[in-house]
Amino acid sequence: MTTRIETRFAKCHAEGRAALVTFLMAGDPDPATSLELIKSLPKAGADVIEIGMPFTDPMADGPSIQAAGLRALATGMSLAKTLDLVRAFRAHDNETPIVLMGYFNPIYVRGVDKFLAEAKEVGVDGLIVVDLPPEEDDELCLPALKAGLNFIRLATPTTDDNRLPKVLTNTSGFLYYVSITGITGAATPDYSKVAGAVARIKKQTQLPIAVGFGVKNAQTAAAIAAYADGVVVGSALIDTLKNSLDDKNAATGKTIAAVTALVSEIAAGVRQARKAAE
Amino acid sequence: MSTPLQNSFRTGPDERGHFGLFGGRFVAETLMPLILELEKAYEHAKVDPAFHDELAYLAKHYVGRPSPLYFAERLTEKLGGAKIYFKRDELNHTGAHKINNVLGQILLARRMGKKRIIAETGAGQHGVATATACAKYGLECVVYMGAVDVERQKPNVFRMKMLGAKIVPVQSGARTLKDAMNEALRDWVTNVADTFYCIGTAAGPHPYPAMVRDFQSIIGTEVRWQMDEMEGRLPDSLVACIGGGSNAIGLFHPFLDDKSVELYGVEAAGHGLAYPEGHAASLAGGKPGVLHGNRTYLLMNDDGQIIEGHSISAGLDYPGIGPEHAWLRDIGRVTYSSATDKEALDALQLCCQMEGIIPALEPSHALAFVSKLAPKKPKDHLMVVNVCGRGDKDIFTVAEHLGGM
Repeated sequence: MTTRIETRFAKCHAEGRAALVTFLMAGDPDPATSLELIKSLPKAGADVIEIGMPFTDPMADGPSIQAAGLRALATGMSLAKTLDLVRAFRAHDNETPIVLMGYFNPIYVRGVDKFLAEAKEVGVDGLIVVDLPPEEDDELCLPALKAGLNFIRLATPTTDDNRLPKVLTNTSGFLYYVSITGITGAATPDYSKVAGAVARIKKQTQLPIAVGFGVKNAQTAAAIAAYADGVVVGSALIDTLKNSLDDKNAATGKTIAAVTALVSEIAAGVRQARKAAE
Repeated sequence: MSTPLQNSFRTGPDERGHFGLFGGRFVAETLMPLILELEKAYEHAKVDPAFHDELAYLAKHYVGRPSPLYFAERLTEKLGGAKIYFKRDELNHTGAHKINNVLGQILLARRMGKKRIIAETGAGQHGVATATACAKYGLECVVYMGAVDVERQKPNVFRMKMLGAKIVPVQSGARTLKDAMNEALRDWVTNVADTFYCIGTAAGPHPYPAMVRDFQSIIGTEVRWQMDEMEGRLPDSLVACIGGGSNAIGLFHPFLDDKSVELYGVEAAGHGLAYPEGHAASLAGGKPGVLHGNRTYLLMNDDGQIIEGHSISAGLDYPGIGPEHAWLRDIGRVTYSSATDKEALDALQLCCQMEGIIPALEPSHALAFVSKLAPKKPKDHLMVVNVCGRGDKDIFTVAEHLGGM
């Protein structure tokens, strides 16, 4: 069975460009604005939508995404409401792939089988769960694959050639290459090293490789889109969102326009990348 | 070393770091190769006599071990039941049991060629111990400490600074121990090449829970021969306070297979277990979940969001517990109870007045439980309580609660 994720990466590949993967936190800054934001992403140029599942203790995230999760939780966001958000999006768009990204505890507490059935039913296509390495595949990865969802794994600069096969086994949809050792929203990567890493990984897999961490604008996105199959942008969108809020962290008239403007700018960078390189 | 016995409680964890349902390695991929490297290095060190010799030398000449096993005569008389002994780990260099584990990990870090040490700390005792060992070996030391804890444990903050450590006050979340641990993990993900994460309790991803337990087991091992020397037999019960649970597992582990020895862990009940956000008793008020690299009992809401615990004691103010304790509770080998802030404060004063020993707020929880249990036991019942830290660091907190004394 071909998933929306596989279809979308194939389409972008056919167009000779990288896919733009955007990350926003479910319920940030409030559930209604969050839905409007996510609905506006495809038109602005997002090819794949990652939605963060808010968690109190996001160990691999920097201050921007930590704060986004806490803003969402403060408005009453939960895993159940995140699934509702996807359902509402799907009523409006049945093609753009949706990946839920977060940490294992809320899923574990909800119940893995229950969560997977619900996720499939509302139209989730894939999962990225940061604190589940291949060593813990029995927990969620294998049941998710069985339920027909993609399980997208992170590979990092510490994943050497010996370990890479272990990371690639049971990964599906795409591989998410983390460009730096660090947390989200931190340093800008050394692009030459990232290109080398992507080439190294491509020797071992046919999966599309999306690169994230450190993508801030059209220029940084284009640098990665020149050789990767996908570019992930998250913290930069969330910073823009945050800057559009009022002093009580409530959405303003500028919020949606500010985020979609940055998505459009980055989407243009991604689309120009290989033409510029030719 | 003894070979693993069938039906032994002392053989865990399995090769994937599981104690029954609990434990495991729930970390980001960036850290996974580091954790596997650490596991390998520890497995090598464990069977290297030179490693054990070096650690034993430090325990004796630097820490001052063995710590005494002391008969608390007046407290025994006052409570009128069991014969109470104190395991005096508060007399260790740096004032708590934390140094036992830190020296083990720092020796391991040196073997691994790591030059930069990071640690999280709650009460500051683990931070002080880590700063101490780093000073001794000339290693860079960065300690993450919740901003709330920086405020309530000022004496330890000054000590760490004097020892040359850099203190990073953590402003995220509830700004206590769990947030300090998040921030330390973020540092480790960022500085993978040269950094060793020295975890202070018997929790976190495998191999930390087993490794910290092994380094702390010197407490129980000493109690075993000391009690034999003093009374000619095994103790009848052991009592220890539990935050993450490193002093308790260190005391209990050598006795897990001695069925006659009753084991009691005492969690922090804060304002009382009836207040969901007012205590830090994850076994009494939590359920199984995944945080900080392991599955264990956690304080959380129905959505799996972690609840900020509360305890007067910064060292027990953590919403989780080491995975081996979670397992020992489920199989029923250890009995877990709790003591409130007020009960701990009362026990602290009683200990000061009866024995001339100022215990830290953490073991005051264990002492509170002893003051309830001891009167119910016969006079020939030998009860050992681990006084795992001294109270100097807590004098301002205690003074505030007791009205300035």
